[in-house]
Amino acid sequence: MQVGFHSGLRSGSLRGLAFKQARCKHTVVAASAKQSVIREIHEQLTTKKRSAVEVTQQYLDAIAKTDSTVNSYITVDGEQALAQARAVDARIAAGETLGPLAGVPLAIKDNICTAGTRTTAGSQILRDYVPTFDATAVSRLRGAGAVFLGKTNMDEFGMGSSTENSSYQPTRNPWDSERVPGGSSGGSAAAVAAHECAAALGSDTGGSIRQPAHFCGIVGLKPTYGRVSRYGLISYASSLDCIGPMAHTVEDAALLLNSIAGGDTHDATSSGRPAVDYAAGLAPALAAGGSRPLAGKRIGLVSQTLGEGVAPAIDAAVRAAARHLESLGATVEEVSLPTFGQGLPAYYVLALSEASSNLSRYDGVRYGARSPAAADLASLFAGSRAEGLGGEVKRRILMGTYALSAGYYDAYYKRAQQVRTLVQQEMVAALAEGRCDALLSPVAPSAAYRLGEKSSDPLAMYKGDLMTVNVNLAGLPALVLPAGFVPEGGAELPIGLQLVGRAFDEAGLLGLGYAYEQTAGLPAKRAPLAAMT
Amino acid sequence: MHTTAQRVGASSTTTSISPLLHALHPMMAPVPFTAASQKPAAAGRVAARGLSSASTSAHCVSPTVPATSASSCSNSAPLPRRALRTAFGAAALSRGVACRSAATAAAQSPAAGADVEYEAVIGIECHVQLLTRTKAFCGCASEFGSEPNSNVCPVCLGHPGTLPVLNAEMVTLAVRAGLALGADIAPVSKFDRKQYFYPDLPKGYQISQYDEPICSGGRLEVEVDGVMKSFGIIRAHLEEDAGKIVYAGADRLSGADYSLVDYNRAGVPLLEIVSAPDMRSGRDAAAYGEELRRVLRTCGVTDGNMAEGSMRVDVNVSVMPRGSAVFGTRVEIKNMNSFSNMQKAIDFEIERQVSLLRAGRGSEIVMETRLWDEIKLVTNTMRKKEGLADYRYFPEPDLPPLTVSPDFIANVKASMPELPAAKRARYAGLGLTRGDIAVLCDETATSDFFDAVLGLGAPVRQAANWIQGDIMAYCKESKCGMDGLAITPAALVDMIKLIEDGTISGKIAKDVLPELLQGKGNQGVRAYIESRGMLQISDTGAVEAMIQAVLDANPKQLAEYRGGKTKLQGFFEGQVMKESKGRINPGLMKDILLKKLKGE
Repeated sequence: MQVGFHSGLRSGSLRGLAFKQARCKHTVVAASAKQSVIREIHEQLTTKKRSAVEVTQQYLDAIAKTDSTVNSYITVDGEQALAQARAVDARIAAGETLGPLAGVPLAIKDNICTAGTRTTAGSQILRDYVPTFDATAVSRLRGAGAVFLGKTNMDEFGMGSSTENSSYQPTRNPWDSERVPGGSSGGSAAAVAAHECAAALGSDTGGSIRQPAHFCGIVGLKPTYGRVSRYGLISYASSLDCIGPMAHTVEDAALLLNSIAGGDTHDATSSGRPAVDYAAGLAPALAAGGSRPLAGKRIGLVSQTLGEGVAPAIDAAVRAAARHLESLGATVEEVSLPTFGQGLPAYYVLALSEASSNLSRYDGVRYGARSPAAADLASLFAGSRAEGLGGEVKRRILMGTYALSAGYYDAYYKRAQQVRTLVQQEMVAALAEGRCDALLSPVAPSAAYRLGEKSSDPLAMYKGDLMTVNVNLAGLPALVLPAGFVPEGGAELPIGLQLVGRAFDEAGLLGLGYAYEQTAGLPAKRAPLAAMT
Repeated sequence: MHTTAQRVGASSTTTSISPLLHALHPMMAPVPFTAASQKPAAAGRVAARGLSSASTSAHCVSPTVPATSASSCSNSAPLPRRALRTAFGAAALSRGVACRSAATAAAQSPAAGADVEYEAVIGIECHVQLLTRTKAFCGCASEFGSEPNSNVCPVCLGHPGTLPVLNAEMVTLAVRAGLALGADIAPVSKFDRKQYFYPDLPKGYQISQYDEPICSGGRLEVEVDGVMKSFGIIRAHLEEDAGKIVYAGADRLSGADYSLVDYNRAGVPLLEIVSAPDMRSGRDAAAYGEELRRVLRTCGVTDGNMAEGSMRVDVNVSVMPRGSAVFGTRVEIKNMNSFSNMQKAIDFEIERQVSLLRAGRGSEIVMETRLWDEIKLVTNTMRKKEGLADYRYFPEPDLPPLTVSPDFIANVKASMPELPAAKRARYAGLGLTRGDIAVLCDETATSDFFDAVLGLGAPVRQAANWIQGDIMAYCKESKCGMDGLAITPAALVDMIKLIEDGTISGKIAKDVLPELLQGKGNQGVRAYIESRGMLQISDTGAVEAMIQAVLDANPKQLAEYRGGKTKLQGFFEGQVMKESKGRINPGLMKDILLKKLKGE
């Protein structure tokens, strides 16, 4: 398969992939190990070193300073954020015990409904849409005292992999302003990387949390389908959509997951399985593991995701990470998933079929933009949609409508469902007890590409999702972790690796990711466009 | 009506769809659409499923913009028919499968008053609103007659990000209906999306059940003009209702200045019950509809109020040469708000089609939807089904498959009330006539009241007579059901017993009944009648005195009687009765009067 990747990446360009593995007798935690941003804020608040208003103001200042370049946010609501922060300060003054997220400034992807705050999904058709209700994930964060800075940019309705399909603005990658942040959660990823928020919520239908996390050098977790309620997440493809955390560290992602995970009576596809504390066990487990914290763990390196079609630097980084995991005691073996390549077309058929249906509600009748030229029913529907929806969205609605049409259903939708079953069975089998605890792969074939580089070639853009979509088809959880940097046209670009876990085993996956993150000894770098805080 | 989607994308994107899909993977290349893959069965099924009436856009409405002519927004391009995906039960509804049963159905069901050359084939799709407290997929109240757009929420208005959650009560009622109709309850069924654009459909799709309905098969035994007939039921599936469009400035689209949408009804749970094409006349169809309504009301599945739209029927009518194995072209009729109208509409439509066939103009019978005009008593074309609507059904990803456990079914079964057929058999066992049974069993409230009265020891005949006679007349006059009466069954039993033991006469009972029905005797019927001074006079002395007074007042007539004009006995009886204001014990009075007349 011919997958486009950036020509600047050459085999062996691994200078940025220096794994300074601190080897001491009792602990393997690197000197440069990442510290949780959320824990740090929590400590500052509880020790009264800083107030919640000060913390929030700091992020608002950062947004004011950098976001005119980065364009992470579609909507910033400083007043609301400060009001939430003042409420947290009042609780501190009253001597209340704060939860870990209280007073922590977060960014929310703009396809997740926030009561009273405009929610556009990146589309003009919802440019004035203000939900009357919170998404369940948002209301849980609100209940935990989190502060909402604003709503982040995204490809319209999640349809894209670069955030260039936003109908508002293109977001720029904080590591190189000429490059895309990835998508569709590009705004959330860039906001985290640019330190315009402590952490963020994204959503992932085919890689929309993971690929931008990879492009922006942050942690992104796509939870198991059903682990986090979708209620209030503006649907793209209902059977694939997931809300998940995007953060600086694994622990931050775990702390966010703690708040948003769990069954919801408003979402019939959410799981009633009890959620666990995903953060508490991370550090103790690593400490208890001594020099071989991953002893007994088996990691499968997915052979179809390496080699031809993948930038050599990416390939090398993943193999280096595999060696590092081995050094921590894990067994790494190559695993072949023969159906791997069939996931992408199946994914696009299913996602677009569902999207064509999910987006029917934007008809200009009850809410959203209405064509001013509407003269009758047909022109009301057609005009409002023609004017309110962007080109890529229309293309996907058309493809999905076509795939579901009489006479084509069997060839497309039904066949794609069959492929989905095969892909899922194969991945689940590879992750069965006694086989792999997790699968390791790159996130995408290349590091962040330039703005405009792929926007005229939809197929090339779609192919960039090859390594992430199967996870959504299978409904499994997957974690993306920073895995180093590659030099690229004078800039240093971050790259990530992907770990896929067993259904509902986010705890195991995060434990694995934490062990890697704390011991890999990656250089501590700050994105050039990030504001100094 | 995905023409809208086609239109919005009519720019550069259109050309690239198919190549893009193909490029994604050769395996996904479309199969050529051949005649072999096109099963008319599926097309028939799709066409047969037009719920929310104007689903394929023959109307042009909008909440705020002026309506224009219907033609400007009708479906512009005929769409390819969808190939049959799976061999599901509903396929039997379609021509191809159903025609095999046509001959047998006709054989068992002699046409009532039909033509010798031709016979009609009729199938009925009935939508009933389920009597749940809340809507199908959200917590809004499911009730008729509220302030427009007051029972709505983000979910039933189809706001972005909202999700449906299935109402468990709806499943219970569907299972109850299925059991009452002898249907198989699917252990696992699923929901699908039926997609079309219309302002009353908030999400742009209706959540329905396409190929795996909750109930399949079933049968309804119906008495039609004294003959028992058995009509098959193909399936019953769950779905949600659409909102209601109100036309401003006119009572229908044409002539309206603009339209308003009331979403109170959007998301109200429906059960669509599809009959087999087993009926042969308007009378058959009406009897089926009435019995279906009776059964469902008995089970508390629906209130079956046709005027309020909680029960809506669409009928499919075709005509074929008698004994033919192949059905004629089917026409759908809508807009019938009662079973008597349905019967008239069907009979008109049969007549219309037979006339066309006789005149050699059979080709003028086309697949179309016709509306019944109850003023002119004719059916008129509403829309032609040239290109069959493609609803692009696919499984609803927001709802997991619906599983119904054997325990759940057993619980529902245990709570089933006595069904009308069983009740009729029981009443026949009590010696009631077919006529009595028909009247008593027509409404559940009537038979419930009758059973309550019998349960308290009332004699069957008297109870049946009172209920069918004066009480029913009273209900009709005061426009209430028998469950709306204030009287307790015990009070009626007491009244009947007072007649039996001679405390009151039947005449008195008739007079006082309206008051008793208002509950005035609930504290004691005898005491109430006594307080009204209406107890029967059975004291011999008092009776004699009253008779003597009448004889004294009419000496001329007395003389005539004694002169041989014995017919005058009736005159005297009338006078005495009048004097006593009807309260005198008639038997005792007759005895004493006769003696006195004869001078004994």
